[in-house]
Amino acid sequence: MLGLRKSDATLLLFVVAITILAPFILNPFPTNSAMAQFNGGYPDLMQRFVIFGIFAIGFNILFGLTGYLSFGHAAFLGVGSYAAIWMMKLLTMNVIPAIIISVIVAGLFSLVVGYISLRRSGIYFSILTLAFAQMSYSLAYSVLTPITGGETGLQPKNTDPRILDTLFGGGGAGGRANFFGLDMRDSYFWSVGDWSFVFNTGYYVAAILMIAAFYLSIRIFRSPFGLMLRAVKSNQQRMNYTGLNSRPYTLAAFVISGMYAGLAGGLLVAMDTQVGAERMFWTASGEVVLMAILGGAGTLIGPVLGAGFIKYFENIVSKINESILQGWFAALPDGLSDFMVAVIYPFIGKGWHLTLGLLFMLVVIFLPGGLVEGGQRIAALFRRKPKDNDGGMSAQATPAE
Amino acid sequence: MSNFQFTRRGLIKAAAATGAGLAMPTIISPAFAQNQAGYTNAPAGGTVTLGFNVPQSGPYADEGADELRAYELAVEHLNGGGDGGMMNTFSSKALKGNGILGKKVEFVTGDTQTKSDAARASAKSMIEKDGAIMITGGSSSGVAVAVQALCQDAGVIFMAGLTHSNDTTGKDKRANGFRHFFNSYMSGAALAPVLEKMYGSDRKAYHLTADYNWGYTTEEAIKSSTEAIGWETVNTVKTPLTQTDFSSYIAPVLQSGADVLVLNHYGGNMVNSLTNAVQFGLREKQVNGKNFEIVVPLYSRLMAKGAGANVKGIFGSTNWHWSLTDEGSKAFVKSFGEKYGFPPSQAAHTVYCQTLLYADAAERAGTFNPCGIVEALEGYEFDGLGNGKTLYRAEDHQCFKDVLVVKGKENPTSEFDLLEVVEVTPVDQVTYAPDHPQFAGGNLGQCNPGA
Amino acid sequence: MDAIILQILNGLDKGSAYALIALGLTLIFGTLGVVNFAHGALFMLGAFCAVTLSRLLTLSHTVIDETKTDFLGNPLKVDMPYVNDIFGPEIGSTIIDWSVPLSILFAIPVMILIGVIMERGLIKHFYKRPHADQILVTFGLAIVLQEIVKYYFGANPIPTPAPDVFRGSFDFGAAVGMDPNVIIYPYWRLIYFAFATVIIGAVFAFLRFTTFGMVVRAGMADRETVGLLGINIDKRFTIMFGIAAAVAGVAGVMYTPINSPNYHMGMDFLVLSFVVVVVGGMGSLPGAVLAGFVLGILESLASMSAVIDLIPGINQVIIYMVAILILLTRPRGLMGRKGVMEE
Repeated sequence: MLGLRKSDATLLLFVVAITILAPFILNPFPTNSAMAQFNGGYPDLMQRFVIFGIFAIGFNILFGLTGYLSFGHAAFLGVGSYAAIWMMKLLTMNVIPAIIISVIVAGLFSLVVGYISLRRSGIYFSILTLAFAQMSYSLAYSVLTPITGGETGLQPKNTDPRILDTLFGGGGAGGRANFFGLDMRDSYFWSVGDWSFVFNTGYYVAAILMIAAFYLSIRIFRSPFGLMLRAVKSNQQRMNYTGLNSRPYTLAAFVISGMYAGLAGGLLVAMDTQVGAERMFWTASGEVVLMAILGGAGTLIGPVLGAGFIKYFENIVSKINESILQGWFAALPDGLSDFMVAVIYPFIGKGWHLTLGLLFMLVVIFLPGGLVEGGQRIAALFRRKPKDNDGGMSAQATPAE
Repeated sequence: MSNFQFTRRGLIKAAAATGAGLAMPTIISPAFAQNQAGYTNAPAGGTVTLGFNVPQSGPYADEGADELRAYELAVEHLNGGGDGGMMNTFSSKALKGNGILGKKVEFVTGDTQTKSDAARASAKSMIEKDGAIMITGGSSSGVAVAVQALCQDAGVIFMAGLTHSNDTTGKDKRANGFRHFFNSYMSGAALAPVLEKMYGSDRKAYHLTADYNWGYTTEEAIKSSTEAIGWETVNTVKTPLTQTDFSSYIAPVLQSGADVLVLNHYGGNMVNSLTNAVQFGLREKQVNGKNFEIVVPLYSRLMAKGAGANVKGIFGSTNWHWSLTDEGSKAFVKSFGEKYGFPPSQAAHTVYCQTLLYADAAERAGTFNPCGIVEALEGYEFDGLGNGKTLYRAEDHQCFKDVLVVKGKENPTSEFDLLEVVEVTPVDQVTYAPDHPQFAGGNLGQCNPGA
Repeated sequence: MDAIILQILNGLDKGSAYALIALGLTLIFGTLGVVNFAHGALFMLGAFCAVTLSRLLTLSHTVIDETKTDFLGNPLKVDMPYVNDIFGPEIGSTIIDWSVPLSILFAIPVMILIGVIMERGLIKHFYKRPHADQILVTFGLAIVLQEIVKYYFGANPIPTPAPDVFRGSFDFGAAVGMDPNVIIYPYWRLIYFAFATVIIGAVFAFLRFTTFGMVVRAGMADRETVGLLGINIDKRFTIMFGIAAAVAGVAGVMYTPINSPNYHMGMDFLVLSFVVVVVGGMGSLPGAVLAGFVLGILESLASMSAVIDLIPGINQVIIYMVAILILLTRPRGLMGRKGVMEE
């Protein structure tokens, strides 16, 4: 199918199914139940899942295939975002020009940074990309304030020119990001019993792009070009000795992954029309590294899982506060409930960083292949059992390689 | 959020059409209810949800924690618990201790991380998932401006927390956003007369300014108001936000011939730059035959604590301080202190006031509709919340009230007793025209009820 | 001219902090081949050793002072440190005043212990893993360590002043007969510089003149051969890790009076210290020290207002620009050995 071999096609279908059905999968608990706290199926978080999924897929094309660890990828996302918001301010609130320009600008910027940084490898490469990203961040936060809005960032305003929108009449859906009139923030609600599901326009626009991005990444992984990149990872020196110049290949991978980051940046603006400089800070670059590693670098599906995992933590676990916790254990006897609250409290709410750090360490130590490896190990456990349930496993067990 | 809602009939039809056999009894979840009231997240049932969006990680986490304490206290008081705090001293008597409009107040919390992206994500989850009708909190102007714009779009009210930049109610003001905290201009206007009295009108000032929006507006405000009393500005130098060691910026100050150093820094920047400046022995120096002085335009007690003994004798301004002796402040300090064991910070005070003001506006308007609330708050005059007579000005949604000029205390009696109030600058002195150049370029726009 | 002299002085002081952290990082990289992203966290832990000791010294019992009232109008509770009870108020308050220098004695064993536990418990398992994994696991560790500190000490900076006698500043100008007030520098920062020089000297002397150091140096050059000679190089490397941690720790202790410590101070230094290491040359100890001072001085010069007026924003990016320039023109860094990690 679509030029994919069978296992890849299954994986793609699996991803398509998950993204389409995400509103159901992410809202498994009835709205009024205590567990509703854990529902992640609201538009903003679903959008973030797929957008950061794109970001991580792109990062994985560079890191997973070539082994070049870029510590400055957030800069491309940020540059893409700034380009997108300026398109919205100047031309139109339609998201298409914004997204296209964000990919182009991020691609050009990554071409420059990549051309310079790829002259070195290993930790030197990481430091070079880090240096570029930190410079972008510092300048965007301060000196470039007229262009970037500095600390307060940029948002569309009523006073923006929006040439195309005025040309074709109307303020472009009242100054909201739209896709030919379709407001990104429109949602359809469907309540079934106590459950409630949200279908958001913006989410599906981003989801389609993510599926496209995912498909493209499968094709890249399986192409001769992908093979070449893997050769760079396994032994660049030997490759160079054979007379092959690997740099054009790595540069191409770098630019592609920069464009993915730009696409993610543009989509972030399309869903939530605002840019702040801190999305370029080095910890944001670190975050995408965490996503890729946590999910499983070098695998196809891993980065997407990692992105979902981290964003879920950031948005759901950080919102659990002490009173909610007390609510959970209210049924227990007093002493026990206080004890449970005291034990769990440091790890949730404002302590979510601690939990994330611990989990991350555990994954790096015990599951170098990330969550995908974890899934495979579990799958292997089942497979060893005499009962043959291969059929049920195929979707889970075949993520990438 | 949405402009679209399945009616029950439409839903049944849709379900029947898909033939999925899902035509079970359907209930529109309250979290997403966009009922006939015609505004976002109209509360259904007996509760109303407020969203408290404060920094819980990052350098301002302690300030955020104090805000959260005040919010919880406010919710307790609104629901009729505790001793009622400032509800008893508040000039409006609309609040009865039975929630807001008879609905019990519930709240959700989120972490802004002091990043505008994270703050918006957290606010969006409160609006989209938890059905919050009002968002409040924050500890920096970048976050306030970003979340304010979001709330304007989404059609909920934003009651700003600690944000001091002129832009929040100037260039970036929004109809759905309200600020109780004071701003850079007010700091300048309140400080200048006191500085003139203490240090004379023939002074040369050297500014170190945090290199981002809040720093710029504060520098501008302090510069223009001190130049108005005859001071000369020798130099202004921008320092990077991520700077931790300010020695290379402080070392040249004495050579410049300046005799006053103005530190337009907040938070960790302020703690470090002040510590460094005192380390350099600037305060023991004599320049132009005068004692060298340091000024910190925006003081916060939590941060003063970080700077320790270095704040002694240094002037600055603050929105509120627990040592005030009016009835409102006393009542607030008492109920906060008895609950948590230490006095509240100015951040806690401003968010407590904001919560009460919102609740009161809803009571007086008789609705949670943002447009009703905007109408109730615009031009509203009140008293008894610790700052004396206060006006929520209609033109820019900024509170106008007395501003405190404070000084680091020489002999603190406890770890909370770090600042002493030198002067309460009357509101007239800090009032400015809505179209003042430092606030120009903004447009409130129309209130947006969403839906 | 005075301004430039002053900034060079300043750069030396800034540079001494960079150099100390980079020295430890290089020790770990050179001996163990591990890229330690938790090194900033070790610096931070050192600083919090000082905070902890000052808390321990001021452990108090409360005495109710009926003459004063607290913020709620109740009688004021005054803390009386036990130290005062034991040694009398005079000596007691002197001890509390000197808590930062005293913390060095406290921090060295604590940090060596932390370092050894870290190496044995975690880093050891990562010798054979790729650099990327090492970076990631130590990065995770750094997050965990700083969150733990935040849990116990809060997010606000905690003031830890230097002893009273070291407050204020020394007037160089007046000392050499120039105008007073032109070149002044705080005593404590001068002490920090001197202290850094002593520590750096001690580490070099230790590696140069002791048998232990000789073995370690040999191990750095060729681990396998040293192992084949029947020397337990692992044990020595563990000790080196402890020493590196202690260097970072005491650098943190002495830094506390300069800037009030907070839980994320390590992250603030982390990126910078890596730039320093790379500019100096991966694995080169003298390079790390030299680069620390050079970057400190450059950063200070770039923050002069005359320079900022000329090139706006230069103070924000100078370090990174230097790093990029060095890496492109001289990838082995200022003093890296030819051929080591050069590509």
